[in-house]
Amino acid sequence: MKKSVLFGALTVTGLAAGAAQAATLDEVKERGELNCGVVTGLAGFGAPDANGVWEGFDVSVCRAVAAAVLGDPTAVNFVPTTGQTRFTALASGEIDLLARNTTWTFSRDTDLKFDFAGVNYYDGQGFIVPTELGVSSAKDLDGATVCIQTGTTTELNLADFFRNNNISYEPVPVETNAEAQQQYLAGACDAYTTDASGLAATRATFENPADHVILPEIISKEPLGPLVRHGDNEWGDIVRWTLNALIAAEEYGVTSANVNELAAAPGTNPEVNRLLGTEGELGAMIGLENDWAKNAIAAGGNYGEIFEKNIGENTPIGLARGLNAQWTNGGLIYAPPFR
Amino acid sequence: MSDTHAQTVSYVRETMLPEAEPPVGNRGALLWVRENLFSGWLNILLTLVSLYVIWWALAHTMPWVFRGIWNAGSLSECREIRDATLPEGTSAACWAVLSDRWQQLMFGFYPRELYWRPVLALVIFLAAIAPVLFSHMPRKALWLTAASPFVMFWLLWGGSVWFPVSVALGFALGWAAWRALAPLAGTLIASIVAVALPVVYWLYSAGTLARELDQAMPLSIEYVPSQDFGGFMLSFIIGIAGIILSLPLGILLALGRQSDLFIINKISVGFIEIIRGVPLIVWLFTASLLLNYFLPPGTNFDLMLRVIIMVTLFAAAYIAEVVRGGLAALPKGQYEAADALGLDYWKSMRLIILPQALKISIPGIVNTFIGLFKDTTLVVFIGLLDPIGLSNAIRASTEWNGIYWELFVFIGLLFFICCFSMSRYSLYLEKKLQRGHN
Repeated sequence: MKKSVLFGALTVTGLAAGAAQAATLDEVKERGELNCGVVTGLAGFGAPDANGVWEGFDVSVCRAVAAAVLGDPTAVNFVPTTGQTRFTALASGEIDLLARNTTWTFSRDTDLKFDFAGVNYYDGQGFIVPTELGVSSAKDLDGATVCIQTGTTTELNLADFFRNNNISYEPVPVETNAEAQQQYLAGACDAYTTDASGLAATRATFENPADHVILPEIISKEPLGPLVRHGDNEWGDIVRWTLNALIAAEEYGVTSANVNELAAAPGTNPEVNRLLGTEGELGAMIGLENDWAKNAIAAGGNYGEIFEKNIGENTPIGLARGLNAQWTNGGLIYAPPFR
Repeated sequence: MSDTHAQTVSYVRETMLPEAEPPVGNRGALLWVRENLFSGWLNILLTLVSLYVIWWALAHTMPWVFRGIWNAGSLSECREIRDATLPEGTSAACWAVLSDRWQQLMFGFYPRELYWRPVLALVIFLAAIAPVLFSHMPRKALWLTAASPFVMFWLLWGGSVWFPVSVALGFALGWAAWRALAPLAGTLIASIVAVALPVVYWLYSAGTLARELDQAMPLSIEYVPSQDFGGFMLSFIIGIAGIILSLPLGILLALGRQSDLFIINKISVGFIEIIRGVPLIVWLFTASLLLNYFLPPGTNFDLMLRVIIMVTLFAAAYIAEVVRGGLAALPKGQYEAADALGLDYWKSMRLIILPQALKISIPGIVNTFIGLFKDTTLVVFIGLLDPIGLSNAIRASTEWNGIYWELFVFIGLLFFICCFSMSRYSLYLEKKLQRGHN
């Protein structure tokens, strides 16, 4: 009897998990650590270095949120997740935040009951071809053999693209990115297609990167961003506005180098003052200290700094800002006003 | 000697000639080569072709291996060094990735200054397993073996010493209950109490006891969370824990399946068939994904512990069937002889049946263990950073992006060493037991 009551109680608490987790912020503060889901390893976006310290573009989001909430960018417990385990880990409460190059789609946002806190990288599917092929546009690829990972959306995007442009192709199915690289280098296919950021990272590892060119066409939309559980809007707000703070900081010229100086006293730009907490009480509105954004920016720099450090043109990955430039520079990166 | 020959033959040798050495072509290495490699035109042809294939394979891999570069900070640096020192177009391994990251491949993210703890735990494991493996070791050493799991746990995870101590007390409690009750109430009731009492103790009082002992006498080393475990250390821990725990469980299941008691029999059969009928990867996904939903939110049931439990259950089902094969191979007379001696069930099993059945099952058991150890690499699919997972993570760093073979060769070599030693030990054991019984 007692046992069945116990199991019953367990089930009920299990079902009530969504409701009981309404206060992720309190849990994180009590724990003193942010449980952040990351990739098991993706060049530029998240990987442990030789000392086991996680680094990367997505990892920086975790660190910024930890800095905003706990004041300490190192107070993060990184949970490596795979493509299969990432959503369950978030839904079950094992992690508070998933920052793992996850595409924002309708069904993930609604059916899987997650909230995307914004977009930190606008990706899209592209092509890489050997320079000697003399191809300058994906539309010239008529009759080409294309290496493609099976069972992914890239496969469907590819079929759509070629059908829309009324040209033919021959797919060469491969299982993993690693296999695709080997096949492509061995000449088993004329072109390889996957996310453009992945192509850039792949190209960077080739012995002679200059012999390969990434074509200008991007044939799909892959907005990648951090996500949280549905139902805890306070926590979602914190993640959303931490990301926005990083983006706004770049727009207003707040960097990791000058953030402490700017936050010391109110300056001439009222938006910067509100952002850094020298004016107004924005921090209190989301349940954080008033210097939350200052800490988030100090953790790894503003959006532009994070980009340049991890995947920018001076890194081996060498991605141009492109769509990910600030809106003032013709990109899509845009933060709503801090007011 | 007759006279007949005396006229026709002038000389007859009366002693035997000493045995002459066979001609050079008919002895030693040459004979072996001729008989085994060049005994006919077809064999000559096949030998030459095989030799050519072996030479071709070695000629292509060995220079790559031995020209390898050990000192570089990244793959591109490796390539620069290669281009500077070797003629153009030659390939060379970039072993530098191992010299840079071998610690990570071995220990994962375990704190560097605490590496001595897993190493010491391994030494303790080897010392503790020796009396089990080699019968000429002193029998008293088995007490060390019984204590070693708790010591190893404490060394690996750290924290307060009182936690493993209070868990160990549960086993002592069960044993004491059995000793006290068996003569009074019979073995069945004693067994039930011996199982139930420790479980109740672990659920309700072990935690409190550990906390209070810790307050009274704090004695702890630095705590290392499971997330920091990785690399071969992770494979070893999951593999060794699975091996140690699955053997007794598997034996119990095999006995349960042979048992006449209806419920025990059916539970054992059901357990074995269900666990064995589902792929391990599914159990691992169950451990990592489904259990989270059933546990109350906020409970942090360690992922590694969940994996160890699943791997143990999986291996136990296989071991049970292997042992059942051994039990079935024993002639019925052995069981009857044990009964005739007046031994009770446990004594007859312990003294007569199991020693013989287990001897027969050794190759199968070791086979299962080797499979289990290699299967630990499947945890990569649930995001644990075992050697394969770490090789992906290492490849994802900007320095080592694009490196494949070097890491896989290293990982394969280490796994081979472990599995090969296990199989050698099983051969040794078979030979030894053969001599003992015939």
